Amino acid sequence: MSRVRLRTPVLFLLVAALIVVTGLAQSWNVALTIVNMGLVSAIVALGLNMQWGYAGLFNIGVMGFLALGGLAVVLVAVPPVAEAWAAGGPRTLAGLALAVAALAGAILLRRRMRPGVARGLATAAVIVLGYVLARAVFVPASEAIERVNPAGTGFLGGLGLPVLVAWPLGGVIAAGAAWLIARVALGLRADYLAIATLGIAEIIVAILKHEDWLTRGVKNVVGIPRPVPYEVDLLSDPAFVARAHLWGTDPVTAASILVKLAYAALFLVVLAILLWMAEKALNSPWGRMMRAIRDNETAAEAMGKDVTRRHLQIFVLGAAVCGIAGAMMTTLDGQLTPGAYQPLRFTFLVWVMVVVGGSGSNWGAVLGGFLIWWLWVMVEPIGAWLLGVVTMPLPASSALKLHLLGSAQHMRLITMGLILLLVLRFAPRGLIPER
Amino acid sequence: MEGTLNALVVLANYVVIPATAYGAQLALGALGVTLVFGILRFSNFAHGDSMAFGAAVTILTVWALQAAGVSIYPLPTALLALPVGIAATAVLMILTDRAVYRFYRRQKANPIILVIVSIGVMFIMNGLVRFVIGTEDIRFDDGARFIVDVRGFKAATGLAEGLAIRSAQVTTLVTAVAFVAALFWFLNRTRTGKSMRAFSDNEDLALLSGIDPERVVAVTWIITAALATTAGVLYGLDKSFWPTTYFQLLLPIFAAAVVGGLGSPLGAIAGGFLVAFSEVAVTYAFRRAAGHVMPEAWMPEGLVQLLSTDYKFAVSFMILVVVLLFRPTGLFRGTAS
Repeated sequence: MSRVRLRTPVLFLLVAALIVVTGLAQSWNVALTIVNMGLVSAIVALGLNMQWGYAGLFNIGVMGFLALGGLAVVLVAVPPVAEAWAAGGPRTLAGLALAVAALAGAILLRRRMRPGVARGLATAAVIVLGYVLARAVFVPASEAIERVNPAGTGFLGGLGLPVLVAWPLGGVIAAGAAWLIARVALGLRADYLAIATLGIAEIIVAILKHEDWLTRGVKNVVGIPRPVPYEVDLLSDPAFVARAHLWGTDPVTAASILVKLAYAALFLVVLAILLWMAEKALNSPWGRMMRAIRDNETAAEAMGKDVTRRHLQIFVLGAAVCGIAGAMMTTLDGQLTPGAYQPLRFTFLVWVMVVVGGSGSNWGAVLGGFLIWWLWVMVEPIGAWLLGVVTMPLPASSALKLHLLGSAQHMRLITMGLILLLVLRFAPRGLIPER
Repeated sequence: MEGTLNALVVLANYVVIPATAYGAQLALGALGVTLVFGILRFSNFAHGDSMAFGAAVTILTVWALQAAGVSIYPLPTALLALPVGIAATAVLMILTDRAVYRFYRRQKANPIILVIVSIGVMFIMNGLVRFVIGTEDIRFDDGARFIVDVRGFKAATGLAEGLAIRSAQVTTLVTAVAFVAALFWFLNRTRTGKSMRAFSDNEDLALLSGIDPERVVAVTWIITAALATTAGVLYGLDKSFWPTTYFQLLLPIFAAAVVGGLGSPLGAIAGGFLVAFSEVAVTYAFRRAAGHVMPEAWMPEGLVQLLSTDYKFAVSFMILVVVLLFRPTGLFRGTAS
């Protein structure tokens, strides 16, 4: 028993050591960048672990929830573009409201009318009519918005609130989307749910990429306000520069490290709160019920547990955590780049984190988040070094050598796949198994 | 009358012909997914990257053949290189099965574990493809461009609208039909094919009647490799080879397989065409076709396009959701329930 209890701190110390070694060998800036993204990754992994680890729901749409969190940051923190609002803000919203109303009407019709041809036709008519109407209202307005200074803005902007407000809001938006998805897709076979979530994620990212009035699309939203001071402001503060000299460091490095530490502190607070809540939930009667449902749905149902409702609940909760993490990620980047959302990096890598850490274990998810993120960053330099050693005997101008060295970045994907397969084969319960 | 003809030509040119070629590619892809599902009983998420791998090896062979001066003009060299791609992919898949999947099969692991395992395989294959051929967009169609071109068609028929049939599209269709015919002949007429179907219908019964499961599985992987490589190469010939697109094809391919009924080969083909035609028709702007048949005054203002092409994923997704909600076994009642 004591060996099991020792295992968690030892593993965490090992990961900490990896990061410290990175700091010593490369630079503290790099190490802190890894720590910050590691913290965010730990939170995403925590969210996915709720869905997969507690409840066995196969969600491969993590990317979509992260992207919604990113959208929340834009909607909250970016100052509103008054001209664009005047050009078509209310009309765009009216168009969207029309579309929602049509959908709600169709659902209502389905519920109220008796099944039959008439119901099918009426529902279809409401949807088609609603769609045409909504588009007629929406398209001219959104185009008008996109014409407002397209090089600089061309979108509605946000509310101009402090960026920290976006973190919980990102969770709320992701939870709302998850609720809609869950209403449709939960209760399907596990791999159908997987395909459905994969599709939803692609659609969410496509919307972010192409609805310029909302997110500027692939033109990106840059310069999102920060929750922490800017390096430039620190450097122009004589007191800070004096203190940096006192510590014996270069002020530029000191400023950049201080900013990263500030982010790390904020993220750590969020992670600590979420982890504490997740541990409490998992070890409560509710958590035991979840795991009972996961392990045997039929038995749990026979015991009077409402499996569908519990699945819905955990799916929404997990998505909310992913949404929070998505908002934090975009805050850290300071920009929303819809083109950067790739499923391998934003969905499947999180799966590797959860599986490696240990499905169903919160501490495992956190460890997996740090460890796999560290690897994701470090595999490239390590791979390049390794290929350099392997290709040493080849002449410097050899085409094969150049090709191999240029491909070092692709070692990442292969390594991640290998790690996932090895863990699944030899330690299927992960580094920190569920108790 | 001429207006109607012109409208039909526009529709054929921009909807029917591209959708038929795309449908054939999706059908081949979906056949691979459905076959793995029927025999090995899991959804193979590595299928898109298997297609990319097969296509990548084929392209390398094409380059080697071109360097050696081999050409079968007007046909694309890729057709000559295809068997090499298939062989390489088959070897890779059988090795993967031996190293990875077999362990879980013997354990009778939960299918969902196999899906996660296939995600691991997907990572490795994706990396492998990028490692071998890079991430750039590659065009490797060196055959004749057109069978019917716009100018020739206009001159021959005297219509205002032209029709173009690219040879890649015809190649796709002919190859796909040949492959599917061969596959169905194999499944229905040969001993091995029959044992595969028996295995898919009822594993225990098949084992009792002396069918060697490892042999069935190996044959399945070889056929899957052939289907995946052909689908990947044909897609690449028709559009272009870009590793990332093959991952994105996973969604329409799965939609096609599910719509037809997972485990049903006939369903996969029907699903492929259904998804392709819906995708193209929903994202096509019908304005030009409508212009030929409608009086000027009736013309609507917009492009008469239901959905912008940016959202073509959404179409296969919608089809998927509707089918899953109303007829989860698919149109052709597959083995999945």
